[in-house]
Amino acid sequence: MERSEDLLTDSNLMRLVPIEEIVMESANVKTLIFKDKLSSKAEAGQFIMVWIPRVEEIPMSVMVSVNIGHAAVSVKKYGVGSTALFERNKGDLIGVRGPYGNRFRISKKFRHVLLIGGGTGLVPLLRLAVKINTLKIRCTMVIGAKTKNEVIFEDYANNFLRDTRRNVIVTTDDGSYGTKGTTVDAMLREIDNESFDCIYTCGPEKMMKKVFEISSTRSIPMQASIERYMKCGIGICGSCCINSWLVCRDGTIFGNRDLSRMSDFGTAIRDKDGQIILI
Amino acid sequence: MLASGILGISQDIFNGLYHHNIGAVVTKSISTMPMKGYPNPTIVPLGNDSYLNAVGLSNPGAVAFSREIANNKEVPLLVSIVGSSEKDFPKIISFLDSLNIAGYEINLSCPHVSKMGIEVGDDPEVVSKIIKTIKKHTHKPISVKVGIGRVDVVELAGIAIDAGADMITAINTVRAMKIDSNSMMPVLSNRIGGLSGRAIKPIGIRCVYEISKTLDVPVIGCGGAFTWEDVVEYMLAGASAVQFGSALVNRSEDFFIKVTRDLERYCEAKGLKSIGEIRGLAHRF
Repeated sequence: MERSEDLLTDSNLMRLVPIEEIVMESANVKTLIFKDKLSSKAEAGQFIMVWIPRVEEIPMSVMVSVNIGHAAVSVKKYGVGSTALFERNKGDLIGVRGPYGNRFRISKKFRHVLLIGGGTGLVPLLRLAVKINTLKIRCTMVIGAKTKNEVIFEDYANNFLRDTRRNVIVTTDDGSYGTKGTTVDAMLREIDNESFDCIYTCGPEKMMKKVFEISSTRSIPMQASIERYMKCGIGICGSCCINSWLVCRDGTIFGNRDLSRMSDFGTAIRDKDGQIILI
Repeated sequence: MLASGILGISQDIFNGLYHHNIGAVVTKSISTMPMKGYPNPTIVPLGNDSYLNAVGLSNPGAVAFSREIANNKEVPLLVSIVGSSEKDFPKIISFLDSLNIAGYEINLSCPHVSKMGIEVGDDPEVVSKIIKTIKKHTHKPISVKVGIGRVDVVELAGIAIDAGADMITAINTVRAMKIDSNSMMPVLSNRIGGLSGRAIKPIGIRCVYEISKTLDVPVIGCGGAFTWEDVVEYMLAGASAVQFGSALVNRSEDFFIKVTRDLERYCEAKGLKSIGEIRGLAHRF
C-alpha cells in the first residue's frame, strides 16, 4: 500500500510505521529502527513525537540510522511511555510525527569542537557527530555514565567520527570503565589543554548547567539541548515553557545568550499540571 | 486576543505576548484544584491547519496560578475558569479577584471532560445559577464561552446574558474524533476531543453572526482565525474582538504584530478610522 500524498509531505501528520529492527544498547536502553523518510532527514538536535498506541506519546530525539530512508529512536526504560516503547517488539507499530524543533548550529570554519553527553542525551550529539565527520572538523567527545554497564554508544561515536581527527573519552562515576569522574571533570581537563570553537551538550540538566557556567566563564560558545514535559510538540500547549521560551518551538537547542537569561535553566521544571517544581 | 488553552500558564509568556501587540490574553482554564489532564496524545494535527485536542483541562489550580500571575503589571488578562458545580467558582475567584486581571472567561463548553464544560453548558438552569453566583463574587467583567452542544448556541448565550454575563465568547472547539487506519485505534488517549483550526471557522462565523444579531452584547469571535482577513470576517459577523488559537502553531509572537499591521492597512484602504466601524456590517444582509 502506498501512503497518501499528504502523509509523505506534511510532517505534522502522524505516520504509523513498523519497528524493523531493535538493538540492545545496554540493559535498559534500546534503539528502535523504522522506515520514515521525513524522520530520516531530521537535522541534529531535532525531535519527533512517538506514539505508543493507546499508551502515550513522547518526544524523542532522532537517532542515526545508517539505512537510507530510515530513522531510529533510542529509548531508556523510565516512565510509562518510555517503558512501553522499550517493550515493543520487532514488527509492532508506532506512530511518528515531526521532525520538530531547531538544530545544533555548526560552522565549517570550526577547527575543534567538544561534545559532552550522558545516557540517551548522547542521541542528538551522535547525529551531530555524523555532520562533524562530513565537515571533517576535529572532535573531542565525552561520554559519561555512572558505571561500566551503563556506558552506551562508544562504538557509534568512533564509527560516526571515523573520517575526522577524534578523541572519544568515556567517564564513569565509579571508575569501572574509562576515566573515573564526571563528564564535567573531563571537560575541565580538555579545555585546559585545547582550544574549542564550540561546546555541544545534552544530558542531565544539572550537568548541562555546569557546562554552561564553565563555558561562560571561559568565554567558549556552547549549545545545549533542553528537555521539558511536552504535549503538542508544535508550540501551542505551553507545557514545555522555560521562562518565556518554548522548548519545542524555540529549542530544543539553546545557546549561551538565551541560557544566560533563562532563570529556570537548571533550577525549575513544570509538572504535567503546569505547577513549578524546583530541581 | 490569545484564545484559552494556548500557551496559557506562564506569566513570562504573557509578558512576551503583550510586547508583541496582543490586545488581551485568555489563560488556560483554571480549576479549584490542580489537574494533570489526560495522558498523551492530547493534541493531534489533522492537516489543513486543523487540530484535534483533548488535553483534559490540565492546569496548576487556582492557588498556584494566583502565584504565577501575582506580579502581572500590564497584561490585560482574562482568566478562564472552569468548575463542575456552582460552588467551585467563588473559590477560584477568591484567589484571583484581588490580582491585576481584566476579567474572567467562563468555560462552559469544554467538549471533552465529563461533568465540566459542555455538560454544564448543556443545562440552562445550571448555567444561569453559575453566572449569577459568579456575579455575586466579582465586579470584574465576565465573558461566557459557549460551544456547539445540545443547547442551541444563541439560546445559551441569551441565558448567560440574562443571568448577568457581560460578554459572550463564541465558539469553543467542536466534539470530534480521529481513528488511525493502520493501527485501527482512536489516536487521542481520551478517544474524543475538540476540533479547532480552519475547519471550524465557518461554524464560528455563523455563531457570532446569529448571537450578535439576536443579542445586543459584545461577542468575542473564536475558532479558526489565522489571518487579518479572518479578523475582518469575524467583525463583519458582529464580533468586537477575535481570539487566535491554532494559528499560533509553531509561530512566534511576531504573528500578532503582523496581523495588527495588516488590519491597519485594511482600514487605510477602506477609509476607516478604526476597525470597530465594520462590526456587524454583515447584519444588513
